[in-house]
Amino acid sequence: MTQLIHVEQLYRYYGDHCAVDNVSFDLEKGEILGFLGPNGAGKSSTMQMICGNLAPTSGQILINGIDILDNPKEAKRELGYLPEIPPVYRELTVNEYLRYCGKLHGIPKDKLKMALDQAKERCGLTDVGERLIGNLSKGYQQRVGIAQAILHTPAVIVLDEPTAGLDPIQIREIRELIRELGKEHGVILSTHILPEVQESCTQVQIIHKGKLVLNDSIEGLEQQMRASSLVLETRAEPDLPRLSSVDGVQKLEPLSGHRYRVFHDKDKSPAERLAELVVSSGWGLLELTSERRSMEEIFIDITTHTPIVEEQAA
Amino acid sequence: MMAFVIAGRELRTLFLSPLAWSILGVIQIILAYMFLAQLDYYMMLQARIAGLEDAPGITDLIVAPLFGNAGVILLLVTPLLTMRLISEERRNRTLSLLFTAPVSMAEIVLGKYLGVFAFLLIMVGMIILMPLSLLVGGGLDLGKLAACTLALTLLLAGFASLGLYISALASQPTVAAVSTFGALLLLWIIDWTGTTAGQAGGVLEYASLLRHYESLLKGLVSTTDLVYFLLFITTFLVLSVHRLDNDRLQK
Repeated sequence: MTQLIHVEQLYRYYGDHCAVDNVSFDLEKGEILGFLGPNGAGKSSTMQMICGNLAPTSGQILINGIDILDNPKEAKRELGYLPEIPPVYRELTVNEYLRYCGKLHGIPKDKLKMALDQAKERCGLTDVGERLIGNLSKGYQQRVGIAQAILHTPAVIVLDEPTAGLDPIQIREIRELIRELGKEHGVILSTHILPEVQESCTQVQIIHKGKLVLNDSIEGLEQQMRASSLVLETRAEPDLPRLSSVDGVQKLEPLSGHRYRVFHDKDKSPAERLAELVVSSGWGLLELTSERRSMEEIFIDITTHTPIVEEQAA
Repeated sequence: MMAFVIAGRELRTLFLSPLAWSILGVIQIILAYMFLAQLDYYMMLQARIAGLEDAPGITDLIVAPLFGNAGVILLLVTPLLTMRLISEERRNRTLSLLFTAPVSMAEIVLGKYLGVFAFLLIMVGMIILMPLSLLVGGGLDLGKLAACTLALTLLLAGFASLGLYISALASQPTVAAVSTFGALLLLWIIDWTGTTAGQAGGVLEYASLLRHYESLLKGLVSTTDLVYFLLFITTFLVLSVHRLDNDRLQK
């Protein structure tokens, strides 16, 4: 089986409140899945369930083909998890802590040192090995958390908001690291920072009020972001019926003065033909730009108009 | 066995904080003083009881009271050692490290328990050194000493298991410490009303930690007492596993 994670019809109730509502998805090797959603959408609950920290109300989770509810020990061997707050013991040094984590995950003694060195190098911790975790900055503690998650080279790495509280340089380094990890492992990453997903993920999922409202590859999302409208501005008053009749134009919407928004078919942009017409008619072309929807807009669109998108997804 | 890895870290962490060292130091000083007082008392008494037939020996007059006092003092101290076990990990959100690692709940609980139990064994070891020092100057009833050691070990094992369970219940270490102390003290004195009451008294008497501890200290190693302690320990360990599993089932 090539699927590293297989989640099927996952439900989680807290009392009457449904935090995760029928979530299903798959993750394959080499994929980095970005898990997006506003606060309280159910991201962390889903991740905790994947990592066996929380029992689902119903549903199935397979890690590398092993059911985490039936065989938690075997499944957890394939898992590395960094929760929202890095689970570090402040009174231990980085080396002591990582050695303890390695032993917990059953790394044999002779390989422990190598695994330790490798994880420290990848997370840039080589210089702070002998320092107490409690004395490290938030960014370094976060790195220790990541080192702990990748120490035993698990098949699946789950990172809950790994860049929270880091400075811009560290964020860049961590993203670099995540991309690198994505080559050999399956990575799930939760965040509410949209550019992060654009930059480091191959798959995107948006979760809202416990429901999965979008599950797409990053290319698919780019497709959605691609404009289906142009902004046109002319010096002189154009002949609107003639503009509307240009091949591909669906609708004209007057903005202000001689500015118009031109809606067109998604896959055929009339920009070139519009320019020709405007120039040849002597209306004076001042502006012709294609509009791009930002990821923020899609995100807000999806999370505020859930019912509409649900229909599309169905 | 993963439990030993967890126990090892637990013990290590204990010694990294000044708490463990100060507890060891304070207990040793106080008990040494009591030991000395008991020794003085024996010296004074020695001349008077020398002529008696079937006179109480040095073990009865020094060792048993010493262990009796140790039990009471450790009743005060053990909650301080057990309070952090789970409640602090839950507070610092480090429990998820254990939950994600390939270890079962039982191993986590057992690991925590063994860690603190190992520390208590060190304490018992240091307390035994005092009566053993009497061997330099005279004889000692080693059988009785062994019974006393067994009694203290079982008692502390019981304290620790109850403490562990309450630490799993509480969200703050201090709350765990106070509740553990309260519960232990109640179990200690629960037979105070039982001595006068009729039928109910029997049950309360059986439930009392002190009763079983004292009978072991007398050198009477009976199965009733052993079973009582073993049941006590197992019950609270199983309850702890359940409580921890609840964290996963629902919050």
